[in-house]
Amino acid sequence: MSGRARSIALIVGAVVVVGLAALLASTRTGRTESLADRAHEIAAGLRCPVCLNLSVADSPSRLAEEMRTEITTRLRAGQSPEQIRAFFIDRYGEWILLEPPRAGLNWVPWAVPIVALVAGIAIWMMVIRRREPGRDQGPAGTDPDLSRDERERIDRELADLQEPG
Amino acid sequence: MSTDAPSERGRLETDEAGEVAEPQRRRSRMRAIAVVLVPLVLFALLLASGLGKDPRALPSQLIGRPAPTFSLPRLDTDGPIALHDLAGQVVVLNFWASWCLPCRQEHDDLELAWDRYRDRGVVVLGVLYEDTPQGAMGFRRELGGDWPIADDPGSKTAIEYGVFGVPETFVIAPDGTIAAKTTGAVTYEWLTDEIEAALRKGNLE
Repeated sequence: MSGRARSIALIVGAVVVVGLAALLASTRTGRTESLADRAHEIAAGLRCPVCLNLSVADSPSRLAEEMRTEITTRLRAGQSPEQIRAFFIDRYGEWILLEPPRAGLNWVPWAVPIVALVAGIAIWMMVIRRREPGRDQGPAGTDPDLSRDERERIDRELADLQEPG
Repeated sequence: MSTDAPSERGRLETDEAGEVAEPQRRRSRMRAIAVVLVPLVLFALLLASGLGKDPRALPSQLIGRPAPTFSLPRLDTDGPIALHDLAGQVVVLNFWASWCLPCRQEHDDLELAWDRYRDRGVVVLGVLYEDTPQGAMGFRRELGGDWPIADDPGSKTAIEYGVFGVPETFVIAPDGTIAAKTTGAVTYEWLTDEIEAALRKGNLE
């Protein structure tokens, strides 16, 4: 194994180990989260119907407060966060989610910038390639756009240049 | 850039016929302006179309689905009022509050509809939203009306119905499904249209 391959293997190994550790740590804390933490997590993902741009967790409105109570009650009753989210989507529509699920038409806002970037780069490259001299015109001497006069003048001036040298 | 093959622009600039180069240059400048302006205008149009919309004026999720059940303490009299007690009737469920201005505006329309249909199997039920019973009774004394009104502790029923704010009005058909919903002050015309449609639907079954 060459030195370079060994260091690459080392880096990949380190990344995998750290990633696995992080994954393990996150699932473990997820299990010991308190009821209030779990309720807050759900509320933070829901849009407050009264104030529109605040989450149910952040909104001081009374309806948001009552929604937080509703979330806690449902968690206590043994419902999963997915079930509770599904309940709110059922009543308010996907609108209630601060971040809409990335599915179906919701992919459009995610895809448009990437498509635009790729298209932009492609157009840019096409423009540059077209501007590149001699690419589409063949060798300079046989440029079909040159008139006979022009070609003769070029030949004459080239000859003038070469003569003194 | 190499010099043995003149670029398009280089050729234009050295062209002896100057009047050929000028329109070409103007055309490329116009193209550059279009490249900037067209996306800008499109973006402005997108923004303008979005800004004119009411973010709350969404079609209800619940149209055509069974109305969420409830049993609420009445404010106008003692005892509870439950949706299943009203089965077989058209229920006009009106979420309101004494602090809500459009609720005052729609009050006469609700009263007219209530008076016209109360003997034809239609119940108007006011559900209080983010308000105190004292506030509700003050509103009643001030503006009148004798259709049932009920409190909604913890806004449980409002959340069940996906209420954003008041007033919101639902029409529940005799079969217990939600037939229509409107946001903002309800009009007598809307009420009569939807109530008639719900009654027709109830008679067909």
